[in-house]
Amino acid sequence: MTPSLGKDLLGLERLSGEQIKLILDTAEPFKEISERAIKKVPTLRGATIVNLFFEASTRTRVSFEFAEKRLSADPVNVSASGSSVSKGETLVDTARNLEAMRIDMVVIRHGASGAAQFLADRIESNVINAGDGTHEHPTQGLLDLLTLRDHFGRLDGIKVCIVGDVLHSRVARSNIWGLTKMGAEVGVCGPRSLLPNAIDALGVKVFNRVEEAIEWADALNVLRLQLERMTAGYIPSQREYNRVFGVSRERLERAKRDILILHPGPMNRGVEIDSDVADGPFSVILEQVTNGVAVRMAVLYLLSGGKPELAESAKRGGGER
Amino acid sequence: MSRSILLRGGRVIDPSQSLDETADVLIVDDRIEAIGARVANETSNRDGVETIDCAGLVVSPGFIDVHCHLREPGREEVETIATGARAAVAGGFTSVCAMPNTDPVTDNQAAVGFIIRQGTIANAARVYPVGAISLGQRGDALAEFGEMVAAGAVAVSDDGRPVASAHLMRTALEYARTFGIPVADHCEEPTLAKGGAMNEGVVSARLGLKGVPAEAEEIMAIRDILLARRTGGHIHLCHMSTRGSVELIRWGKDRGINVTAEVCPHHISLTEDAVEDYNTNAKMNPPLRTADDVAALQSAVRDGTIDLIATDHAPHHYDEKEREFADAPNGIVGLETALAVNITWLVASGIIDLPLLIERMSCAPSRVFKLPGGTLRRGAPADVTVFDAQTKWVVDPSRFKSKGRNTPYAGHTLQGRARCTLVGGRVVYRADA
Repeated sequence: MTPSLGKDLLGLERLSGEQIKLILDTAEPFKEISERAIKKVPTLRGATIVNLFFEASTRTRVSFEFAEKRLSADPVNVSASGSSVSKGETLVDTARNLEAMRIDMVVIRHGASGAAQFLADRIESNVINAGDGTHEHPTQGLLDLLTLRDHFGRLDGIKVCIVGDVLHSRVARSNIWGLTKMGAEVGVCGPRSLLPNAIDALGVKVFNRVEEAIEWADALNVLRLQLERMTAGYIPSQREYNRVFGVSRERLERAKRDILILHPGPMNRGVEIDSDVADGPFSVILEQVTNGVAVRMAVLYLLSGGKPELAESAKRGGGER
Repeated sequence: MSRSILLRGGRVIDPSQSLDETADVLIVDDRIEAIGARVANETSNRDGVETIDCAGLVVSPGFIDVHCHLREPGREEVETIATGARAAVAGGFTSVCAMPNTDPVTDNQAAVGFIIRQGTIANAARVYPVGAISLGQRGDALAEFGEMVAAGAVAVSDDGRPVASAHLMRTALEYARTFGIPVADHCEEPTLAKGGAMNEGVVSARLGLKGVPAEAEEIMAIRDILLARRTGGHIHLCHMSTRGSVELIRWGKDRGINVTAEVCPHHISLTEDAVEDYNTNAKMNPPLRTADDVAALQSAVRDGTIDLIATDHAPHHYDEKEREFADAPNGIVGLETALAVNITWLVASGIIDLPLLIERMSCAPSRVFKLPGGTLRRGAPADVTVFDAQTKWVVDPSRFKSKGRNTPYAGHTLQGRARCTLVGGRVVYRADA
């Protein structure tokens, strides 16, 4: 029996390797749609989707919107500005209102860890987590997996090191779970003050020095360094961060082999990653963006009840839900 | 004419006089008159004796909760002194100490007098005010301990907020010594705990929630144990939650430092795993810790390193808890589940016996906070709890007497429940069944 995803996509921690493989495999046929002149199939015609973004986001929101539109769904974008504690409507009221409008799916981005689950527990619509606080960002994790698989032909046995602020990174968590479940080896590298204290319990290898990480890894997933980490006293300066942990061409050239470079964006050029690396021959940063649309189409398709084996025919314009 | 009540045929457990036997307890007016096997025979032909059949039940000195939040004044929609005092007696508590983090803060004699008056009107559990350590609990200037004690305060505390200044804590310990009251200490190093929503550990790393490390509690615990050593003041450490704290308390007690400590039922029963799925009813401060901490706290209750069990009853409005985990307020209600949680996790599991539980819930609180009660000796106030130590029940928060519904035990099957509670010789609570 083919595995299903259930009602929601909240994180990769709860998915099995089989379910993750299902999403990645389903994304393959959807990649091609984005290459067409007319990038649209009628697969999700009539489905109403709310993109509920409580945090500013360009890349993820646009990626979801393209995925939805290319599947012919009817998306509505809601940007709720301000933090969750501001005096606006509570999340539970937002949930109830959405439920009352009988929408089919909600894509939620929220600054609080657990916000996507909070919503999913309270509404019958499918909920897709587009990033909740410092918890998970599953579609980003999936698109990273897809990009890695494209390049290595497999995920099993490859070595991926996540470099940077793992403590505050939802991308890091989704990567750790996704990669581990697919049989990859995962390392993390960053200042100890930006790694969770209990990092060892997450089943990853820890590198204090980025040179060691480069020595070990087949691919680096370089995380964005948020400016507020300095003011909050986690690290002294961007300059020192770049000197100690920055992924530079010089460091990469000392490695024995070519190392694939991923970055979830947006990049701070000259901080966590140097421009000649970001724009260099081993960077797959833009492929990640392209894959993001395909992976999100796959997730939307599967959650709406689409049959994985029919994704190929859905691509041709038919497809059953 | 005097009023008499006969509690007949129960298992009378009074650790204050090493008593554990089937007996009758005779109460005349507001005092314990007699305990014995033949009391019933001697009184049965007297007129006007109300008899309460206690066969199969435990009769013990009334429980005393030295730590609860009754929210009045300021948050009467969440709890009032009246609803809190009724919740208390429904849980078998005959006395409760009301923490001063009200609005306005209970930091002066008039505010203390208000709590006393509302407690009297509530006419359920005895309500003892705890005054603030600092004016407005702002951590700057000492509140007027002397006047507050004269008005009826039994301790001082800035509970809910740590006393960040070591100097202020030092002077509070010295000044409180003048009036013979404990300083009840909320141990939390504020810069370490800042922004934390749960225990720092594997679960917080997985859930992406900012953690509060055990050290945030332990650093303050040892600071204030050392200040108690310096000053000779009585430091009472509230809601201890870590193995490290237990070791530090033991260190202090071994050296004869005047330190006492309490633990809450949730910290001897639940772990950080209860936060899984972002359950805001498992969010409290200090947070639920690890299984190792729970085990250490359980044995500390047994060996006396932890003197007593207190609830930290902290009602919240239901919609305050129904939100994003990081933004939800800390705290759970505890008055109506404490006995059952303690029996389920400490007694039924064989860690302590019932007499020791009663010691930790009644005798020790009375001793440590110098409160009346905690004994069934002849002539003592007739504050008595009658409970069924065997009965199992499913926690249904909608049936709480408290206005608060925020409990992680909803739906849990627990063992043990109060059947009848007497305060000053009056029956203030009787279970329906």
